[in-house]
Amino acid sequence: MKAFSYSFTFYCLLGLILLATTDGLAQVESSDSLLSPLLPPSEVIAEDHPGDAGAAIIVRWKLSPDEDRGVTGYEIVRSTSPTGEFSSIGFAAAGSNRYVDANTEDSLTYYYKVLAIDVDKNVSESELSPPARSSPQWFNFHLLNLLIIGGLICGAVIYFIAHAKKGKKLFLRKIAGLEAVDEAIGRATEMGRPILFIPGILDMDDVQTIAAITILGRVAKTIAQYDTKLNVPTSRSIVMSTAMETVKEAYISAGRADAYSDDFVHYVTDEQFGYVAAVNGIMVRERPATCFYIGAFFAESLIMAETGNAIGAIQIAGTAMPAQLPFFVAACDYTLIGEELFAASAYLSGEPKQLGSLKGQDVGKIIAMSAIVIGALLETFFAISGSSFFGSLAELVHKLFSIVAS
Amino acid sequence: MRKDLVWLFAGILFFGLLYLLNWGVKAISTDLLVWIGAFLTLAILSFLYQDNAFYKFAEHLFVGVSAAYWMCMGFWNTLVPNLIAKLHPPIVKGVLPAIAEKPPEYWYIIPAALGIMFLMRLSPKAPWISRWALAFIVGTTTGLNLVRYLRSDFLGQIKSTLIPVIVVENGSLSVGGSFSNIVIVVGVLCGLIYFFFSKEHKGLFGVASRVGIYILMITFGASFGYTVMARISLLVGRMRFLLGDWMGLLQ
Repeated sequence: MKAFSYSFTFYCLLGLILLATTDGLAQVESSDSLLSPLLPPSEVIAEDHPGDAGAAIIVRWKLSPDEDRGVTGYEIVRSTSPTGEFSSIGFAAAGSNRYVDANTEDSLTYYYKVLAIDVDKNVSESELSPPARSSPQWFNFHLLNLLIIGGLICGAVIYFIAHAKKGKKLFLRKIAGLEAVDEAIGRATEMGRPILFIPGILDMDDVQTIAAITILGRVAKTIAQYDTKLNVPTSRSIVMSTAMETVKEAYISAGRADAYSDDFVHYVTDEQFGYVAAVNGIMVRERPATCFYIGAFFAESLIMAETGNAIGAIQIAGTAMPAQLPFFVAACDYTLIGEELFAASAYLSGEPKQLGSLKGQDVGKIIAMSAIVIGALLETFFAISGSSFFGSLAELVHKLFSIVAS
Repeated sequence: MRKDLVWLFAGILFFGLLYLLNWGVKAISTDLLVWIGAFLTLAILSFLYQDNAFYKFAEHLFVGVSAAYWMCMGFWNTLVPNLIAKLHPPIVKGVLPAIAEKPPEYWYIIPAALGIMFLMRLSPKAPWISRWALAFIVGTTTGLNLVRYLRSDFLGQIKSTLIPVIVVENGSLSVGGSFSNIVIVVGVLCGLIYFFFSKEHKGLFGVASRVGIYILMITFGASFGYTVMARISLLVGRMRFLLGDWMGLLQ
């Protein structure tokens, strides 16, 4: 028992000594690391940002060797003279080794330094970068693949337009919602009620609004022939102007210029829900027989479609807004889904330009489908076999459809 | 008596009773603006019953105020900083001092001219001039959007779909991963086929097209539920305003 007691005391003492020693060593190491100066980033390079319109320089550097020792980030400073005063232009997070200075003047030469900063606010300054000057480029090679693919699709569009202009027939499949347009206008005529056309709530810079105005032209032409009243409330002034021009032209081409009135198209307000409140009011007071919701919509889609449903109107909707399509599908009689909206304007007008454009877009879809099939097969072969041959081919297809960030 | 008036009296009676019975209405707001907000909220919500005088009042007030607001916003946020300040910076010294120091940029005369051409629509003699400005807007925005959509919707979508349909993880087949990837690849391909207009949707092409529309409808269903939840949160927000900020029934 005594022997056990001695040995127990001995080992306890030994353990305490060891603990104290290792703790002390750790403290010595820790204090050593705190005392050693923070090492700066190195190999700072500044060069013109490629493929841009000038006014930008990229600064790159090699991370501080003390990156793992509490570096919180890097401050980038610049000067127009190597001996001049350097001023801060921005910060990069820890681990970043590049910064784009997008506020330069092309006529000036700049010098950069990168400062590593740690948790204790210690700062360590790099060497000076070589001089750099920003300049504009005519061509952005990072977007070469975009040019090739865009060129292919645009080329196909031009080819099919020329084809259609020669009088050759271009086949387009039927679009269900469009068959109902004439029927809906005819119903409004029979009932002696107006037709409401909502061209979305975005401006003319949205492609859906452009498609909506094209469809409005075709709808207005039929309305002019049927001598029915049209009401187009808009939420953008430019859309109002464009819609007015389109409706006027439609009435003239239908030989009913006398029946046209500027009151058909009117501005309400830019405010989304103010516009909805007004449209709902118009619906319940004028009780249109047919409502068209064609264009870009947001939260107002269901409110309007439900009101139209409540007044018993035939409703035809068309939008490419994915979040609003479910509401139109649920509340309207016919819905043009996504690209059907753009196809509709071509289908209805029958113009060579629009038909050719649609056929050209189908070429784009063939390119997309082929690329997906080939790319997915190559990726699958690579995943199964691990062959570098399939791997490099798959990477090539990836690169072709990637936009490289410069 | 009109139905809406009956509902109005019923509402006044209800709130009067609440007040008289002191059901927590002690904390009802004394802020006039909250009362105006509550009245306008109820006026707009009254449309759920039917069109009425209160809704008409709120609707016209909303449209009028918002139209004026956006006109002012358009002037101060677009016309002043993007045109007036560019052509003659000192004129905006009082409102935009940072821009006022910059040299004038006279090429902004071109957009100014386009703007004036646009206003020619008001001229009874030469409204056709406005078409040139309109053509410029439509043409440039179409060109800009072509590149944007080609980049994000076309290239981006294709790149995201370049995935293996058989996923191998740690040397063994991943059933879940493979199923997910097959759904993505087949879904995108069938969706593209549905939106292919140059061929009649018959035979195998028709089957793929139908699969495409089924996938779209399933997506719409999920999206519908998600958005309805978001709308309910908006309703909850309004109810909190009415019952909390206005009536003081919520703590």
